Amino acid sequence: MPDTRLGEGLGARLRGLRDAGRKAFVPYVTAGLPGVDEALLRGLAGAGADAVEVGIPFSDPVMDGPVIQEASKRALEAGTTPAAAFDLIRRAALDVPVAVMTYLNPVLAMGMEAFAGAASAAGVAGAILPDLPVDEAAGWMACAKAAGLAPVLLAAPNSTPERLTAIAAAGGGFVYCVATFGVTGAREELAASARRVVAALRPLTETPLLVGVGISTPEQARAACGFADGVVVGTALVEPLLRGAPAEVIDRARRFREATG
Amino acid sequence: MSNAPALPDSSGRFGEFGGRFVPEVLVPALDELDAAWRSFRVDPAFQAELRTLLRDFVGRPTPLTFASRLSADLGYRIWLKREDLAHTGAHKVNNTVGQVLLARRLGKRRIIAETGAGQHGVATAAACALFGLPCVVYMGEEDTHRQAVNVHRMRLMGADVVPVTGGSRTLKDAINEALRDWAASVRETHYVVGSVVGPHPFPALVRDFQRVIGDEARAQFAGSSGIPLPDVVAACVGGGSNAIGMFTAFVGTGARLVGVEAKGRGDGLGEHCATLTYGRPGVLHGARSYLLQDAEGQIASTHSISAGLDYPGVGPEHAWLKDEGLAGYESATDAQAIEGFLALSRTEGILPALEPAHVIGWLMTRPLPAGTTVLMNLSGRGDKDLETVRSWLAERVTPSRSPAV
Ligand SMILES: Cc1ncc(COP(=O)(O)O)c(C=O)c1O
Repeated sequence: MPDTRLGEGLGARLRGLRDAGRKAFVPYVTAGLPGVDEALLRGLAGAGADAVEVGIPFSDPVMDGPVIQEASKRALEAGTTPAAAFDLIRRAALDVPVAVMTYLNPVLAMGMEAFAGAASAAGVAGAILPDLPVDEAAGWMACAKAAGLAPVLLAAPNSTPERLTAIAAAGGGFVYCVATFGVTGAREELAASARRVVAALRPLTETPLLVGVGISTPEQARAACGFADGVVVGTALVEPLLRGAPAEVIDRARRFREATG
Repeated sequence: MSNAPALPDSSGRFGEFGGRFVPEVLVPALDELDAAWRSFRVDPAFQAELRTLLRDFVGRPTPLTFASRLSADLGYRIWLKREDLAHTGAHKVNNTVGQVLLARRLGKRRIIAETGAGQHGVATAAACALFGLPCVVYMGEEDTHRQAVNVHRMRLMGADVVPVTGGSRTLKDAINEALRDWAASVRETHYVVGSVVGPHPFPALVRDFQRVIGDEARAQFAGSSGIPLPDVVAACVGGGSNAIGMFTAFVGTGARLVGVEAKGRGDGLGEHCATLTYGRPGVLHGARSYLLQDAEGQIASTHSISAGLDYPGVGPEHAWLKDEGLAGYESATDAQAIEGFLALSRTEGILPALEPAHVIGWLMTRPLPAGTTVLMNLSGRGDKDLETVRSWLAERVTPSRSPAV
């Protein structure tokens, strides 16, 4: 079992997969949403997830489409907090690394150092803050790294070469390659821009490159794995939870796993 | 007299406030806009085109009116900067005309905006009609009911008004939805942010388009009163654009700057939107500023009788002015705003928007020494609020402290 308590846990795990010629499948679910419990997280790991991304909901999720907005809203209505999310992660005690995804303000409210420390103490290996671009991230990255947390940065289809270089140099764990213009949610097809982001980053870094935002079907995941090191899948897995069908989440996760190989 | 604001710095900060906390996909557009902002500020051709539009389309300069009967009632000497007489009925149009002009120069083919009271949406729709650009306005579903007349006005001018059903269905959610649209459409779309909020360069860009209010008012005041500066310069603060537009010409002059926030039904979280009075710093909508939020950093729901002030954040330059002691922030309740509305209507024959009615409501508490000279920004007219005022009055006895006529 890898030591997921080290910030290197996430990056090392994903690099290890890549070196073995395998692709990473990273499912996302929202903490605090009814149905998201230890059993569900373990079920995702059991379905073959290489890492699990756990969302800590924020009231104003500008990077998210309707499905994850609704999930965030229900989770907050159910009273969830960052502390409760960390607790869930600790109790689940997964044997794959966990990354948390949230927005900057809940981190600031707890304090960057305290947040990074609490995450790390719960066994979290990485953190993704989609409203913190690389130019504003220095303070957070220092706190995250000091706590042994990999600060995952996002790259976009329109990031300039200079910005991609900065993202590649500064980020940890993996680079979250946003496949398309827009927010999380289902898309009919995999955007051509996904391939361009990955191709532009490839010569700049050894860090694994995972594609996310708009990977809605196993076919799209398979296609993305033709050029990327793996995929992050959120909306397609959260959507059954909104219908109160957690078993379907695991089912879908298995199909994504098979497709990514 | 055009004192050039020193801030923001090169990273878009006013002291520790401001910045650019947005998804990576928006950063290139903000860079492009930042460069355009820096060049338009000094580009004589752009400035000339803007001046012509402000004169011929907006109707600038707007007058300055000495409010003699209100002054006599309150024991002050009060001048009103008449942004209610700007085309479309509020100061918002100064900014929309400027930004749409800028967007056209950037080659953008589509305009989006958010709106709360609907005044910014109406002003954006008007500017887009003028330039023949398609316009989508996001508006919280609750606000589409509160401000139904403005929805109609926007649609008549060709805008597509999209009711936002996420979150609290008010202004903050409309901004979220506009940001989501922009993340998907950023290559061909310009987002006309409606106040001095959002990621850099919006707070500085919108200030620069609104500072015409204070620049005009300062000269008009000196001419009308025979004294160089008023004792107090006052404006209501939602996001803060009409206040910054008024204050910029007076920062550092010795005039006391007062922003009046909406205290709604009282001082409990969720009952008001007096962000600078009760909030603490955080990051929302791309900038670090004061916010109304709970202990976990979730943004609070807010309340005000005026949709245009009903926002849990505030522009970063106001946060900086407050912390530096360069401006002070007070608040007025829903009931005080209604009293202010009634007072101005009866004494001056001017129906104010409920937003600036908060300033009059604050003045009616007699917070200043007798004889104080006050320059207040009358940021908009009250037509949009008639139904709100009518139903408030229908539910209650006429406020007892309303001025005798
Ligand atoms: C007349 C009027 N005044 C004030 C405001 C508040 O905005 P700001 O604080 O940006 O001036 C609005 C917003 O809609 C408005 O319509």
